[in-house]
Amino acid sequence: MPKSFQIQIPHITRVEGHGNLVVRVTDGHVEKAEWQVVEAPRFFEAFVQGRRWDEIQAVVSRICGICSISHSLVSIQAIENALHVQVSPEVQKLRSLTHASEILQSHILHIGYLVAPDLFKAPSVIPLVENQREVVQKIIELHRIANQWSDLLAGRTTHPITLIPGGFTRTPSLKEFENLQHDLSTATKLTNQIASVILSVAHQIPHFERETEYIALQQPGQYSFESGQIASSDLPELTPVENFESVTNEYVTNQSTAKWARWHRGAYAVGALARYNLNHKFLRPAAAQLAHQLGIKSKCINPYANSLIQLVECVQILGDAQELIDFFLENPHPLNRESITPRAGEGVAAIEAPRGILFHRYQLNDQGICRSANLCIPTNQNHGNLQKDIETLLPQILHDDQESIRQLLEMLVRSYDPCISCSTHFLNIKFIDS
Amino acid sequence: MSKPQVAIFDLAGCEGCQLQIVNLEDSLLQLLSLVDVVEWREAISNHGPEIDIALVEGCLEREEDVARLLHIREKSKILVALGSCAISGGVHQMRNALSSLEARQITYGNNGFLKHLDVHEKVQSLDQIVKVDYSIPGCPIHRQELSYVLRCLALGRIPFIPTYPVCVECRIQENLCLWQQGQLCLGPLTRAGCHATCPSHGTPCIGCRGYSSDANPQGLRQSLNRYHKTPEEFEHHLNLFLGSSLEHAHA
Repeated sequence: MPKSFQIQIPHITRVEGHGNLVVRVTDGHVEKAEWQVVEAPRFFEAFVQGRRWDEIQAVVSRICGICSISHSLVSIQAIENALHVQVSPEVQKLRSLTHASEILQSHILHIGYLVAPDLFKAPSVIPLVENQREVVQKIIELHRIANQWSDLLAGRTTHPITLIPGGFTRTPSLKEFENLQHDLSTATKLTNQIASVILSVAHQIPHFERETEYIALQQPGQYSFESGQIASSDLPELTPVENFESVTNEYVTNQSTAKWARWHRGAYAVGALARYNLNHKFLRPAAAQLAHQLGIKSKCINPYANSLIQLVECVQILGDAQELIDFFLENPHPLNRESITPRAGEGVAAIEAPRGILFHRYQLNDQGICRSANLCIPTNQNHGNLQKDIETLLPQILHDDQESIRQLLEMLVRSYDPCISCSTHFLNIKFIDS
Repeated sequence: MSKPQVAIFDLAGCEGCQLQIVNLEDSLLQLLSLVDVVEWREAISNHGPEIDIALVEGCLEREEDVARLLHIREKSKILVALGSCAISGGVHQMRNALSSLEARQITYGNNGFLKHLDVHEKVQSLDQIVKVDYSIPGCPIHRQELSYVLRCLALGRIPFIPTYPVCVECRIQENLCLWQQGQLCLGPLTRAGCHATCPSHGTPCIGCRGYSSDANPQGLRQSLNRYHKTPEEFEHHLNLFLGSSLEHAHA
C-alpha cells in the first residue's frame, strides 16, 4: 500500500493542447492533486479584433482543429445576430446536417482511438489493429464516412470553407444527398456493430460518482445540439444565451493558461454527459435503448460514462441526419444566400460543440469590423470540474497500487474527451517514491 | 533497411494538422509499414534514441516553446515544419500587430500580468529558431501531401512541393475566376498544392499555404483598380496569413 508517493503526468493529453497532472501523497494524505493547463496562450480574442464580419469565421475556426465546424457555425450565428440577418429554415437545416458530421467524427475519434485501448487494456490503438482488427476496421470506416460527410458539406473536415454568414458558398447536388443518405445508412450499421462490441466491455468503465452542476443547451422537445437556451441541473428555469457570461463566470487561475468557469458550485461540467442529464428524455428510441443497454441511468453522475454517452449521441445524430437528408431529397430547391450589409451591432450565440456548450460574442462597428470578442470554450468550462473530480477520486483509490491509480487518473482525464486522440498516443508517467 | 523513426510534436496551434494524419484512415496503416512512429505527444524529456524525421506543428509563443524546439532539433536528423503555424506563425502572426501586453490584457483582463501568462513579444515560426529541412504548407495541411512527403523521406527522396500559384490548379479544376466575380482572391500569390480547394468551393483563397516561389504582390497591387478593389482591402486580406511571411517565401 503506497503511503507516500508522487505522480507526475506531464502533457497528459489534449485539452486545448497541453495539460499536466501532479499528485503528491505523504503518509496517506493527499497533499497535492492538481490539474495544470500549460498550453501556450494563443490570444484569439485579441487578434480577431479588427477583422471584418466576413472573415471572422476563417479566423476563429483555427481555434480548434477538431471542432472547427462548431466554432465556424457559432461565430456565423453570432455575426448574423449582430447584423440582424435571418437565414431560411433550409439553411439552418443544412447547417445542422453539417454540424452533425463533426459530432460524429469527433466522438468516433474519441471512442475509437482513445477510449477503446483502455477498455481492451491496450496501450494504444496500434496493438488493437492486430488483436481487434475487425472492430478497428469498422471504427476507421465510420470515421472515414464522417469525414467525407464533412468534406461534402463544409468543403473540408478541418477549417471549413463553405460556411459563411448568410448561408453556404456551395450546396450538395441531389445526387450527392442520395449518396450521403446511403453512406449514413452504412454508418448506422457500423455504429450499431461498434456499440455491441463496446457493450461487451462497458463494465470496464470505472465506478466513480460525484454530484456536480451540468450545463447544456436546451430546446424543449428535442435533444438539442444547436438551438435553445442555457439549462443548468441546479436551476429550474432556462437562462438566455445572451447572458452567458453570468453562467460561465470565467476566472484566471495560477495552475492554468486557460480560463476556468464556475456557476452555482465551485465548478460545472459540459459535454455529452451534461447534455444527456439535461435532455435525455428527448432522445430517439434507438439512442435511449442503447443508453439503457449500457446501463446509463436517467441521472448519471459518473464522469467516466461520458464516453459511453458519446456513443449514444452517435446513434442520435445519425437519426437526426437521416431525417434532414430526407427533407432535402423531398425539397430539392436551391438554397438562398442572404445578402448582407454591414452595420454596427452586437451578437451572441451558443452551440453544443462535441465537447460541450460553446459561446461566442462579437461587437461590430458600423463597417462590420470586430471591435471586441468573447469566446468561451467547452474545455475551459470543464477544467474546474475535472480538478474537483481528481480531488474527490484520489482519496478513494489511495489503497490501490500505483499502476491502477495512474490508470484511473489517466482515464478520468480522457473521459472528458481531450482535444485529440491519436493512434499511437501514449503517456509518459513518472512515479517518484518519496 | 530499418524503418525511419518518425516523431510528431506540437507547439502553439490547433492540432488540426496532426488530425490530418489520423484522417488518412486506413492509408495511415499502409504508411506505418514504411515508418515507425516512435513519439506522438509524449514528454520530450523521456524519449530514447535519435529521431530520423520530426514533424513539428505550431508556432512559438514562449521561452519554453523555444527550449522544446531546440531539444527536438538536437534529437532529429530531419525536421519538417507541419502547417502554416510552424512555417510562418499562421493566423497567430496577426497578434504581432499588437504588443504582447495588449494581447494579454485583451484576452485575460487584469490577470494578463500573471507570470505564467508571459509570452514573447512576437509570435515566431520554427525557422526563426532552428534549421527547418522541409515544410508542408497549409492551414490545415493537405493530408495526401503529408503522406507523399513522408513516403519520399522514408525512401530517401526529395519531395516536390509546388512552386507555382493556386491559380494553376484553379484552372485545372475549370473554376471561373473569382476576381472576375468581384472577389478578392489570393490565388495568384499563394503556393499551390491544395487543388485550389477554397476557390473550388466558391470561397476566395486566403493565402494559407504562404507565397508561391515567384509571388509578385506588387504586381497584383497595381491591378487592383481594374477590379474595383482598394489597397486597404487588399492589405487587410493579405494580413490573414501572408502579412509577415514574405521572408519565408523561399524557405
